[in-house]
Amino acid sequence: MEKNEIEVDIKVPNQTRYLSLIGRIGEDIAKELVKYTGDRDTLAYHLNLVLTEAMVNAIKHANTGDPDKMVHIVINICEDDLTIKVYDFGQGFDINTIPAPNFEELEDRGRGIYMIKSLMDSVCYRKVCDGNVLEMKKRLN
Amino acid sequence: MNLQTETRNDVVIIYVKEERLDAHNSGELKIEVQRLFEEGKKNVLVDLKDVRFIDSSGLGALVSGFKNAISHQGILKLSSLQSQVRSMFELTRLHRVFEIFSSTSEALDNF
Repeated sequence: MEKNEIEVDIKVPNQTRYLSLIGRIGEDIAKELVKYTGDRDTLAYHLNLVLTEAMVNAIKHANTGDPDKMVHIVINICEDDLTIKVYDFGQGFDINTIPAPNFEELEDRGRGIYMIKSLMDSVCYRKVCDGNVLEMKKRLN
Repeated sequence: MNLQTETRNDVVIIYVKEERLDAHNSGELKIEVQRLFEEGKKNVLVDLKDVRFIDSSGLGALVSGFKNAISHQGILKLSSLQSQVRSMFELTRLHRVFEIFSSTSEALDNF
């Protein structure tokens, strides 16, 4: 690891009760970034949100709600680049087939990926050896 | 989830006494709002003063409540949004859908 690099590696059970724990870790990281000059409270909220949405996505759509599976999250900050990877061990889905929400129609669901894409600079979802990873990047300067 | 309700001027106010309204707990709010409209209540105010964080599931539960109101010829309004919570309504354009008031009393004056 490089000097001043932060990496947080977490595994939690595939259950929504752990969302607040994961979100809080994201908020705490935002508040600790030494060089960040933007609005920390906003960054903290955004990291809380993308971590929450990505974990819900893994629980509901990839790990198919199996409470015995795990969600693995790696948060890395190196220089001005923040990368969040959320691994699932399920069937996965095609992120490119998820449509943007139709703002004229009131749907209960379908805003999560849109919110992640709006708040991060790049988002991709791909297969890895024993599952999938949702990778989200943000430039912090 | 901790929900407190009271009725004032024929409006049922639901105070969401949670820091987070997310995929873990928002289903309960959705069911409570549905129950109120199915019971015949017409005016529901959801007060979010204590909610510091909302995700897409929390927003979805409120959208569900809004649609429930329409289908029962009722009204659902929101009050006391914290600024970061309000910014999530703006991101998803839902601030154009809901009537949002800065305080409980202002909302009550507008039913």
